[in-house]
Amino acid sequence: MKQLAAFGRFWWDFVVGDDWRVPALVAVAIGATAALEAAGVAAWWLLPLAVPLVLWLSLRRAIRST
Amino acid sequence: MVEALTIVLAAGVARGWRSALAGLGAATLVLAILVAALGPALTHVPLQALRLVVGALLLVFGLQWLRKAILRASGYKALHDEGAIFARELADARGAAHVERGGVDWYGFTLSFKGVLLEGLEVVFIVLTFGSAQGSIPLAAAGAAAALVLVAGVGVAVRAPLARVPENALKFAVGVMLTTFGIFWSAEGAGADWPGDDAAILGVLGFVVLMSLLFVRLLRRERLEAVPV
Repeated sequence: MKQLAAFGRFWWDFVVGDDWRVPALVAVAIGATAALEAAGVAAWWLLPLAVPLVLWLSLRRAIRST
Repeated sequence: MVEALTIVLAAGVARGWRSALAGLGAATLVLAILVAALGPALTHVPLQALRLVVGALLLVFGLQWLRKAILRASGYKALHDEGAIFARELADARGAAHVERGGVDWYGFTLSFKGVLLEGLEVVFIVLTFGSAQGSIPLAAAGAAAALVLVAGVGVAVRAPLARVPENALKFAVGVMLTTFGIFWSAEGAGADWPGDDAAILGVLGFVVLMSLLFVRLLRRERLEAVPV
């Protein structure tokens, strides 16, 4: 059980890293792109708009925690 | 790869090259098996779904790399010191008890094996994601193998940790590339059409570079202004 938890923790750290908000916000942005495209709205611009915002929030959070 | 070389060198110097090289060989074999097993399986996934998942993973991974590189470049996080890491690993390895299993020193073997496996997983991840999304895993694996030979060759030549490699600049570049392809493929996977098709990658690349440099500049200025005179 302990090894299973360590295995899960390793993959969580490997994929998610220090800030779980980054994958969460990225998922929301990709979901919104897909939703807009499904509604017939061109949404290629959404991710380039969302990424700086996500990165900046993550940087501010990292600086606050140091 | 630079970190893995530091660990293997420390294991080799402190515990003997036989165990360090056995650990390196075993970890490389596991990584090669992972690529050989997962690579062909990924080619059966529909391209749009693959690009959505791969793009999202690359974007999350790239933003992790970019965040660390920006924090280091702006002075909020200490730069990697391979010399200090080597000295620490060496001291730990010299202090550990000698246990022999299967004809090799177990500490040296596991230190080298774990170091190469953990660092190599990032390389496997990049090989599988880039290779599968572009339809050529063998080419991506060959690129990674060439980089491995280069780092190992330089390591053998200098017989010291690669302290002079501009590691943060390399990580910055990797973070930029992962984020760029992550944005491009995840948007395509979500159904978006880029203006200019594949040529849009260059535009996204320029945008990510400018954004990253701007963030470094802003944070560096902020940090300097916060230091009392």
